Amino acid sequence: MSGKKLVEIKNVKVYYIIDGLQVKAVDDVSFDIFDGEVLGVVGESGCGKTTLSNVLLMSIKKPLNFIDGSVTLNTQNEPLHLQKLRRDQLKRDVWGKEIVIIPQAAMNALMPTMKIKDFIYDVVSPHFKNITKDEVIKMAKERFEEIGIDKEAVNRYPFELSGGMKQRAVIATATLLNPKLLIADEPTSALDVATQKMVLKTLNELMNKKIVKSIVFITHDIATVRQIATRMMIMYAGKIAEISPIDDVLREPLHPYTEGLLLSVVTPEPEIRKRGIYTIPGSPPSLINPPVGCRFYPRCKYRMDICEVEEPKLEELKPNRFVACHYARGRV
Amino acid sequence: MKGLEIKNLTKVYETGFIIKRYIKAVNNVSFRINPGEIVSLVGESGSGKTTIAKIILRLLNPTSGNILVDGIDIWAKENQNPKFAKEFGKKVHAVFQDPFASYNPFYPIERTLWQALELLGIDKKDPRAKDLMYEALENVGLKPDVVFGKYPHQLSGGEKQRVMIARCWLLKPSLIIADEPVSMIDASSRGGVIKLFEKLKEEQKASILFITHDMGLAYYISDRVLIMHKGDIVEEGNPEEIVANPQHWYTKNLISSIPTLYRKLEDIS
Repeated sequence: MSGKKLVEIKNVKVYYIIDGLQVKAVDDVSFDIFDGEVLGVVGESGCGKTTLSNVLLMSIKKPLNFIDGSVTLNTQNEPLHLQKLRRDQLKRDVWGKEIVIIPQAAMNALMPTMKIKDFIYDVVSPHFKNITKDEVIKMAKERFEEIGIDKEAVNRYPFELSGGMKQRAVIATATLLNPKLLIADEPTSALDVATQKMVLKTLNELMNKKIVKSIVFITHDIATVRQIATRMMIMYAGKIAEISPIDDVLREPLHPYTEGLLLSVVTPEPEIRKRGIYTIPGSPPSLINPPVGCRFYPRCKYRMDICEVEEPKLEELKPNRFVACHYARGRV
Repeated sequence: MKGLEIKNLTKVYETGFIIKRYIKAVNNVSFRINPGEIVSLVGESGSGKTTIAKIILRLLNPTSGNILVDGIDIWAKENQNPKFAKEFGKKVHAVFQDPFASYNPFYPIERTLWQALELLGIDKKDPRAKDLMYEALENVGLKPDVVFGKYPHQLSGGEKQRVMIARCWLLKPSLIIADEPVSMIDASSRGGVIKLFEKLKEEQKASILFITHDMGLAYYISDRVLIMHKGDIVEEGNPEEIVANPQHWYTKNLISSIPTLYRKLEDIS
């Protein structure tokens, strides 16, 4: 992958500490987010996807603890080390302007007793010294139109809008200040498929119109992320299993977990009915006491002796394809 | 006649205290499920899928229409008594969406199986009981020793759902209602639970109603698919045919919006 690195994440360790127990939710993770890409982050529940989104924002609140590592933002003249900033500095300089997040069930952010335009003014005005409400509404209407949402929606109350419309209105509001990076955490999971498609279209529109530079799309649904992602990062038990361009992953998954995950996807396609549904035996390990070697070892069908004792490192096995697996390294 | 038959089922919900509003959740729906057949009911949220399930399970009374399980009208006046309810419990089994809500957290997992044995008239201290429970758990791919004595919070969602299905091996119901049984289970263990329904269909010749919003699952598992939209069944047929050649505008829209793995949706960029 070439191009400018928008965000560099190096050796980040973020643990939940509860009653002296450490839950290693994100454990020694390094990767880059490039300018102009849509990075799909995929994994099962409890693999650290959502914790990772908190790391990208550096929104770390107890019991979550930032143990080690660095998160560098390269959008300004000088690289900004997010882990060194205080919360109020992040609020002032980073959130909303550089990085925004659309959390899970984002449409619930809308206030039921407030019109969409009042909500937008509420969210946007603290970022400016003096701005009138009319200016904000004008800005919002223009943006709604630009990404293909009915601009009259700003005059409505949330209950007058459909689920997909609310979700898109929230996405449009979040990106009103042209942030460089948009983090979308399961933006489509509570929606039916027709609405899902509209939300994907809106995200694509944000990229095409260069409103945001990159998107991190966090989901458990490979078939959805496949529609817009350019690269895919597969996480397992707090670690990165594989990062590869999306077409390569689908054609030839290198990590055994990626392979299992792909084989367990069910979509209405003749190929799927032919190959059947595959199940990965067992369940993900406890993150309090993860296995010493490879974390996928107990469930892996290709496991070797070395996997039990030595943790595989994330290495570039093929051009642009980073995989953490002893078996895959031996094969390529 | 074995299996499930639904004739002209309609359900109207009434809301409001002074000004009444009526919502037609199910509109004159008829279909049947033969023994050894899996039929999927597919539709978006609010289309009336779960209302149908609740009426079949006698949790909600229909506004009009008949439901026959093995030829017996379950909503007939003479059948509204506890004795029939007990018989009904043996004949019809439900697997719900949320495995966490299906168990009482204060009791061990095997209580679910004891209750099934009670329906059969077998005491849990009976020497046969243990063998039957072991056999049932093995049939759903669980190691009995691992599950026994555990409480609901100690098992994963997939395991809990498997225990629910294990009851089917004790009761041998003729009708199984599965309302979104895998939507809360991780993708990597979903396949195993799906295969259990196929096994029930083949070995017990049960009629299975599989309710889902996921066309992919319906396509994979069912012999027939019913597409629901706003209370109506708008299309019915063989899953391959429906996916390859949808007729109704709603089905067309649904099929064209489903994200697929090997092909990209065309009109999103």
